[in-house]
Amino acid sequence: MKKFIFNLTILLGVSLSGLAQQTPAPEQKEAITITGAFAHIGDGTVIENATLVFENGKITALGTNETPKGTVIDATGKHLYPGFIAPNKSLGLVEVNAVRASNDQDEIGDLIPHVRSLIAYNAESKVVESMRPNGVLLAQITPQGGRISGTSSIVQFDAWNWEDAAVKVDDGIHLHWPNSFRRGRWWMGEERGFKANDKYAEQLAEVESFMNEAAAYGKGASKEMNPAFAAMQGIFDGSQKLYVYADGEKEIIDGITMAKNAGAVQIVLVGGYHAYKVTDFLKEHNIPVLVQFTHNLPNFDHEDYDLPYKLPKLLSDAGLLVALQNGDASNFQTRNLPFYAGQVVAQGLDKEKALALITGNSAKILGIDDAYGTLTVGKSATLFISVGDALDMRGNQLLHAFIDGRKLSLDTHQTKLWKRYMGKYDGK
Amino acid sequence: MKTKLLALALFCGTLLQAQDYFPKNDGVKSKNNNYTAFTNAKIYVTPIQIIDGGTLLIQNGKVVQTGKGIALPKNTVIVDLSGKSIYPSFIDVYSQFGIEQAKRVPRSGRNAQYDSSREGFYWNDHIRPETNAISNLKYDDKKAKELREIGFGVVNSHIQDGIARGSGVLISLNGQGNDADRILNDRSAQYFSFDRSIANNQSYPTSLMGSMALLRQMYYDANWYAKGNIATKDRSLESLNKNKNMMQIFYAGDKGHVVRADGIGDKFGIQYAIVGGGDEYERIGDIKATNAKLILPLNFPKAYDVSNPYHTTYVSLADMRHWNQAPANPKILAENGIIFSFTTHELKSVKDFKTSLLKAIDYGLSKTKALEALTTVPAQLLGESAKIGSLQNGRWANFLISSGDLFDSKTALYENWVQGHRNVIKDMSLKDIRGDYTLSAEGNTFMVSISGEAGKPKVSVKQDTLKLTSKFSYKNDWIALSFADKDKNNYRMTGLVSKSSDKLTGKVVLSSGNEGHFSAIKTKGFEEKEEEEKKAKEQPELVEVKFPNIAYGYNSIPKTENLLFKNATVWTSEASGVLESTDVLVKNGKIAKIGKDLNAGGAKVIDATGKHLTAGIIDEHSHIAALSINEAGHNSSAEVEMEDVVDPEDKGIYHALAGGVTSLQLLHGSANPIGGRSAILKLKWGESAKNMIYNNSPKFIKFALGENVKQSNWQSFSRFPQTRMGVEQVFMNYFQRAKEYEVQKKSGQPFRHDEEMETLVEIMNGERFISCHSYVQSEINMMMKVAEKFGFRVNTFTHILEGYKVADKMAKHGAGGGTFSDWWAYKFEVNDAIPYNAAIMQKQGVTVAINSDDAEMIRRLNQEAGKTVKYGGMSEEEAWKMVTINPAKLLHLDDRTGSIKVGKDADLVLWSDHPLSIYAKAEKTIIEGATYFDLEKDKQMRESVKQERNRLINMMLKEKSGGGKMQAPKMKKKELMHCESL
Repeated sequence: MKKFIFNLTILLGVSLSGLAQQTPAPEQKEAITITGAFAHIGDGTVIENATLVFENGKITALGTNETPKGTVIDATGKHLYPGFIAPNKSLGLVEVNAVRASNDQDEIGDLIPHVRSLIAYNAESKVVESMRPNGVLLAQITPQGGRISGTSSIVQFDAWNWEDAAVKVDDGIHLHWPNSFRRGRWWMGEERGFKANDKYAEQLAEVESFMNEAAAYGKGASKEMNPAFAAMQGIFDGSQKLYVYADGEKEIIDGITMAKNAGAVQIVLVGGYHAYKVTDFLKEHNIPVLVQFTHNLPNFDHEDYDLPYKLPKLLSDAGLLVALQNGDASNFQTRNLPFYAGQVVAQGLDKEKALALITGNSAKILGIDDAYGTLTVGKSATLFISVGDALDMRGNQLLHAFIDGRKLSLDTHQTKLWKRYMGKYDGK
Repeated sequence: MKTKLLALALFCGTLLQAQDYFPKNDGVKSKNNNYTAFTNAKIYVTPIQIIDGGTLLIQNGKVVQTGKGIALPKNTVIVDLSGKSIYPSFIDVYSQFGIEQAKRVPRSGRNAQYDSSREGFYWNDHIRPETNAISNLKYDDKKAKELREIGFGVVNSHIQDGIARGSGVLISLNGQGNDADRILNDRSAQYFSFDRSIANNQSYPTSLMGSMALLRQMYYDANWYAKGNIATKDRSLESLNKNKNMMQIFYAGDKGHVVRADGIGDKFGIQYAIVGGGDEYERIGDIKATNAKLILPLNFPKAYDVSNPYHTTYVSLADMRHWNQAPANPKILAENGIIFSFTTHELKSVKDFKTSLLKAIDYGLSKTKALEALTTVPAQLLGESAKIGSLQNGRWANFLISSGDLFDSKTALYENWVQGHRNVIKDMSLKDIRGDYTLSAEGNTFMVSISGEAGKPKVSVKQDTLKLTSKFSYKNDWIALSFADKDKNNYRMTGLVSKSSDKLTGKVVLSSGNEGHFSAIKTKGFEEKEEEEKKAKEQPELVEVKFPNIAYGYNSIPKTENLLFKNATVWTSEASGVLESTDVLVKNGKIAKIGKDLNAGGAKVIDATGKHLTAGIIDEHSHIAALSINEAGHNSSAEVEMEDVVDPEDKGIYHALAGGVTSLQLLHGSANPIGGRSAILKLKWGESAKNMIYNNSPKFIKFALGENVKQSNWQSFSRFPQTRMGVEQVFMNYFQRAKEYEVQKKSGQPFRHDEEMETLVEIMNGERFISCHSYVQSEINMMMKVAEKFGFRVNTFTHILEGYKVADKMAKHGAGGGTFSDWWAYKFEVNDAIPYNAAIMQKQGVTVAINSDDAEMIRRLNQEAGKTVKYGGMSEEEAWKMVTINPAKLLHLDDRTGSIKVGKDADLVLWSDHPLSIYAKAEKTIIEGATYFDLEKDKQMRESVKQERNRLINMMLKEKSGGGKMQAPKMKKKELMHCESL
């Protein structure tokens, strides 16, 4: 039996990684110039008929009167975008959800900040490569589950291995705030549905105590290493961000307040389903929001059918810094990130502001805006050209994509199968 | 004279019955044949036959006669009931009295028990008609006393476990007799429900539709058994047949289930009496149409404690409304001529019984109907009106003595007589001593005020102006009062209350131990306060019932209108393509004209300039609007019907309408190779389940292949099939058997009606179509080959993620495909799923639809269709067909809907923008000319939902401050269903 399992693992391993990812592109050698494009900067602005030059992986010129250099790509009538950024996802940590052997996203333990996603990130994941033809070029790879699920890192999607992929190592720690209401454990004879969580105060105290212990550990001279406490120190000195996942009004207020009191310097709210009801509080504490994705149903029958569609707009209109993430949806759905943003436009948000929800704002919130998120001279040439409006499925058709100036293949496992079978039917 | 003769006859009859043949060794035999007469009472012989100042004469536990001025035999004990009332005592037909609640056996995980655990009984352990409650009955003195105290005299008790629950036992709550006296009928009524036995683990049925199918098959089998066609013994079917002339009582528990239960009865000529859920008022027309008599629990919901605004978010508007509206349910049922009885079932405490009953009366139920519901109706339901339920001659002497109107909060219930035995609840001989007194004891004077209830008064004692702490009791005509005066001297007093004088006198003992006398002289009589009267007169404030009765339900069901859309961009989904600046006229629910500058002719004109008009979206694969998805108890469940479990109150319907969806196929899940029969719905929000189902609906069934039916992704290793090889064998075996079944059926020989085989025969005869859940190419090919062997065609492969690999074979076979736009990577079998699938299949000539299988995605199917433009380069016109005419074709509805064509149903969507675009919003969604979603109307409803919630929250806060009972906020969240939902 043991042997059988062993063989099965090998078989699965082989078939899952049998078709490797597209070969990563070589370093940019000569300058590339894109001309005539409708450039969406990612900060809410546009430049029509733009010329953009990039060299050695960096944007060196952008404007309407720039002189082309090196290879010229005529993008007249086409659209130019910064690469989209997907926060809070376990891309590359799980390949096929139902195959346990391929799942590395959720470690045992409730308070495990020392668990790091980066080293398990599979740069050759077929799910990861399927992001690129839709313009999603960067992501924050994040452990899932538990109370403090671990430490994330930010990667770009064209690499030989995790080390090459890393854009920002160990950027943040992810805290899933307890809920004051919980689902009934129907299998134990409780009613289905939600009721007050009588352990909420206890769970809150547990997190608080952990944070306080970690802070004390950082100040003192403990001789014995505590990996969990040690992993929290970046939260207190501001070198790492604390991502607090909370949806209810009470949970948001409790979570942010506790994190502040414990000494966290940079706090980001994730989820924020009812954040639109506490915007004053969030503004007062200067908390940016990685709001849940828009393709969701309202949680309560009495709410507007389009509440999840317009949630980013409600927060944005209130003056908060907002970006979109993929929430509970499967990893493969992350390629729909541009459409999550497009959905908000139908709710009245300006198109370029909607774009910022997955580019400029995301980079700011994740702390990689020095190099990514907008089309700006000096930043990385991580960008793509689309035939049409990339926030709409009717226009999202990539012609060229670049990460750090390197020209990506837009093929995937999926395009290969498409071509193979079209070939079969066309007799080629 | 006649009545006297009758009385005599009954009298003799009783004597004969009472002839005693049991030996007696603890004394000599003695018999009491005296009469008891209750005189000068207001007697409710029945709820409508009332005698003022009448006499009730009883003997040997039975009513001899009632009337005015009747001649009393000499050996009569007379009880004077001047000013008091006599009512027949109450009957509960749905009781578990004296029966231990079945114990839940732990479920054996996902490695289920498929076979029955019994021998000589029906094949399913949840069918237990052979159960007789009497064999489990243990008379429960304590419970009997509780029930008598709220007015009950007789209950019909039964075992509340399982789908067929066997017969009940009719028992009077006679604590002084024994089971020989009090059991009135040892097999009384046969009971059913949709709920599995919790004491049994056999897997089937796992679902509501499975329970319903099982009940139907049980009745078919009982007929088959009755005809002597089953060689072996089946004690279950035998008992079912034996019990068939009893009243058949079905536990439903809510309005939808009432209709479901009645539907099963209709099929077999059975009219069940049905236990309702208290929400019948929401669909009163459908309930009335069942013609069923109802049995109603009196468990009105408590108000939610909404003092914490965060917690209040979790309380749904539907639950708030139900709290407000439910007490009016009995009144509404009565007004609609529906006959019902009340039961104490589901009451948390029997003490809430009277409160609830009075509440129903406050909310408009007539007292006569209330009394009927507790006496004559339950007696009729049980077919026992000749014995119980009234005080007509010869009935059991089961009656109540009260201080007055039984349905008044201040009325005291004094005695509850059962089978001629007296049970005192409150001492009625107790004199009303309430009032103010001057008390003198051992030279000191105190002011004593006696108030509160006459039978249980309270006392306050004052010395000058100082209030003293005192203890007081009044029982069996004796008072006892003790207190300490301001000098800390103790006074203990006791005395017998005089019937003839208002003065209270007796003995007093002081701290010193000295004894003396006290006397108290009444200075003032007692006066009731008027407050409560005022409170009762306040009319309950009821909010309006909506259709459906949840948030975003309509005031009334939308009606068909004649409409003219002017200047729209019209996506016809027909050969005529997309027509610019075109008018579409809708008349009588149909598309009447398409053209330029059409004449409205009285139709309502809608300016559609700059907007897009399309046919309504059709989802070939959906699991919204369902109470249950999978019957997973067998590897084939062809007998189950999704039409049985349509939930017209799923807000998912409204969400789907807001996304432009007008029709869908509600599919069974993918738990087994042969699933259940589909329901095809039009999303007529507000209508009943029945009215959402297509008239003359095409017949469909779900099949499934691959990981789910192999149970690959969880720890289950006991069910066949575990491999794709086994999946084929399941189909081969079932179709072969179905072929043989049909031969037998057509041969004219007797045959056992088999619901499963009937369904498979329909498939082979092309009368029912398969929608087959499928992923990898090998299994798709296999399924087509199986079908070809048995001479039919697989209509649709759904999911069909590797359809692109065998698209040529599918086209040749004639199968269509309903697929996701871009899903993959969630299971091993979707490893090669590609978003180009739809485009490739379509190019090979397969009819392709994009479907959702998801309560969220269903509302964006226009966008999902748009993705086929991105992946695979479909033309926009063809892409749009993938959510309109193509699914209509796959569902055999293309002659009725799915495109904009003259003569078709006016199922239309008006979009703000290009319908395939992420920027488009459905502004109006129309089904057969009636607008079921309107963006403007939605805006108004947002406001009204908010206002109504506030109104109800304020009402609940008022209830709380008024001391009403509260419950903690909670939310009965519906599960979002998909293929794998159990």
